[in-house]
Amino acid sequence: MKAARPPRWYADPARLGLAALAVSAAAFFLLPLYVMAITSLKPMEEIRLGHLFSWPTQLTLDAWHAAWISACTGVACDGVRGGFWNSVSIVLPSTLIAITLGALNGYALAYWRARGAALLFGLLMIGAFIPVQVLMFPLVRMLGPLHLVGSLAGIVLVHVIFSMPIMTLIFRNHFAALPRELFLAARLDGAGFLRIFVLLMLPLSVPMLVVAAIMQATGVWNDYILGLVFAGREHLPMTVQLNNLVNTTTGTKLYNVDMAATLLTSLVPLAIYVISGRWFVRGIAAGAVRG
Amino acid sequence: MAAVSVRNLRVALGGQPVIEALDLEVADGEFLVLLGPSGCGKSTLLNAMAGLLEVSGGSIEIDGVDQTWASPRDRNIGMVFQSYALYPNMSVANNLSFGLRARGMPRAQVEERVQRAAALLQLEPLLARKPAQLSGGQRQRVAIGRALVRDARVFLLDEPLSNLDANLRASLRRELKLLHQRLGATMIYVTHDQVEALTLASRIAVLHKGRIQQLGTPAEVYARPANRFVAGFMGSPPMNFLEGTLTMNGGVPHFTAPGCEFELRDCDFGAAAPMAGEAVVLGVRPEQLRIAAPAAWSGVVTLVEPMGNHQVVWLECGGASWSVLAGSDARHQRGERLPLALATGSICLFRADDGTLRGVTA
Ligand SMILES: Nc1ncnc2c1ncn2[C@@H]1O[C@H](COP(=O)(O)OP(=O)(O)O)[C@@H](O)[C@H]1O
Ligand SMILES: [Mg+2]
Repeated sequence: MKAARPPRWYADPARLGLAALAVSAAAFFLLPLYVMAITSLKPMEEIRLGHLFSWPTQLTLDAWHAAWISACTGVACDGVRGGFWNSVSIVLPSTLIAITLGALNGYALAYWRARGAALLFGLLMIGAFIPVQVLMFPLVRMLGPLHLVGSLAGIVLVHVIFSMPIMTLIFRNHFAALPRELFLAARLDGAGFLRIFVLLMLPLSVPMLVVAAIMQATGVWNDYILGLVFAGREHLPMTVQLNNLVNTTTGTKLYNVDMAATLLTSLVPLAIYVISGRWFVRGIAAGAVRG
Repeated sequence: MAAVSVRNLRVALGGQPVIEALDLEVADGEFLVLLGPSGCGKSTLLNAMAGLLEVSGGSIEIDGVDQTWASPRDRNIGMVFQSYALYPNMSVANNLSFGLRARGMPRAQVEERVQRAAALLQLEPLLARKPAQLSGGQRQRVAIGRALVRDARVFLLDEPLSNLDANLRASLRRELKLLHQRLGATMIYVTHDQVEALTLASRIAVLHKGRIQQLGTPAEVYARPANRFVAGFMGSPPMNFLEGTLTMNGGVPHFTAPGCEFELRDCDFGAAAPMAGEAVVLGVRPEQLRIAAPAAWSGVVTLVEPMGNHQVVWLECGGASWSVLAGSDARHQRGERLPLALATGSICLFRADDGTLRGVTA
């Protein structure tokens, strides 16, 4: 007797329920984004009418232009573009240095059993869970005399320091999961610490490097408090400028400019999420499951 | 001069002693097989020789130089790992040349060495491929090639054939033996497969629980196993055992067990003369038995395994499970009682208490 073909998936009520849940959850999270987007495209007169969800009758990019070029962020009135470039110049070195050092640390911890490696790893584990705020004041006191507070080098250093536990952790687990015989074979072949790292370990870690770069870059871009405390007036990141812009009220509150500036600020992490969604999911899994 | 000599070696892993007081001398050009069950410390011993593990005592000499504390790169050793450990990001050519480049060899010489190893192992058409694009046998060849290019005097091979299917294993085994004959290098080969050990070795060291149980030629180890462990580990199907006692009958030693008694003709008991009442274990290889009268024993058939050119008949014999070889055309039924006669070869006797060899008949 021939067995009956199982029903197709769309006929399954459980699947339909799941789809409905997914759609409503997406709507719940997309609704604020929708409101922000359309508000940023409306002129102020239309916003004053108070129809929060209605499609703009006349679309204009004036608010976006103002947010980028001329909106007041405190005393200065030249938009958030300065903050954008500040953030870029903070994110790039912080990410490059942090993943390089993290990979190197993780590699050393996983393969070169130095004396006290276990203790160091334990301390790093604890370090990964200490809230940033606890360490802020001591760090200011430490870096102040070194003239590192209020400089680009200072904020980059602080970001690198705070990311070191998690970066080391990620890479140590990654390297510990590689077959150890690869490392032993390279040792027997006569390769040393750096040759093995550069020619063997790094090429085998490209997915992990991408994931770490995504995590670090979004983390640093979204940072507010460290930028506020350590970056100094010359290098305020975009998030701090955004806050200043939204809180600077001279005359009427320009909701469309606020919304445009907020969207501009979140554009970079958003782009990272969208472009590298697949990698990002893998990164979350690596952080959550391994370890 | 021994190519490798290991003296009083101790290795502990995670606080547990894995190898204790091990001595081993491997002659120059020898093919020594370290044979033992999984987990007995074979890889540990090999890694210690290669310098990939820190020893906790003893010494390791290679080519007459004490290398106990030398770094792996200075030991002039080529090693093939159980999992091959090919560098996945590099082409076959780069896998072969990695070690040469790491030692700063001039480019032309590297090129020449790689070509030579590739020619020897028929790897030329594969040089541009990545390990992922190779079959199991090809990967194995690359792993051997990587050990070969450095012109090491001593090769360590850790179960190099265990990940291959049976046919490939047999053909690579022969290739390996030819390679050894051609190179004349010292090879220390780890395996848990007694067929590989018997076919390849000039000498076999049987390892169990971190100790060498016996060291000898394949014929010696097979015919005069030092103890019950070695006897049971060598041979497939393994040696048959029966517990009993020694008795003296008219001045001639006999083996006696419930339902069977027979004379131990020309038995070499060594220094200690046989005593009546000694508890011993009899050991007979399956191929030393014939299903025929006059019967020395008898057994009831429990299972018949056809092997193509012969059959293995399993019998229940005085409470023990025995196997005997039969021709492929023999017909035996389950439950049938069969007479067993001694055909050829020497029978082993082991002490019942510690399992060491007590005597061997001529
Ligand atoms: N890193 C380790 N820590 C503790 N024990 C280990 C470690 N590696 C191996 N062992 C133990 O050492 C013994 C020998 O291992 P190994 O040399 O790999 O055996 P083999 O190669 O003969 O199968 C095993 O019992 C194993 O459990
Ligand atoms: Mg092993």
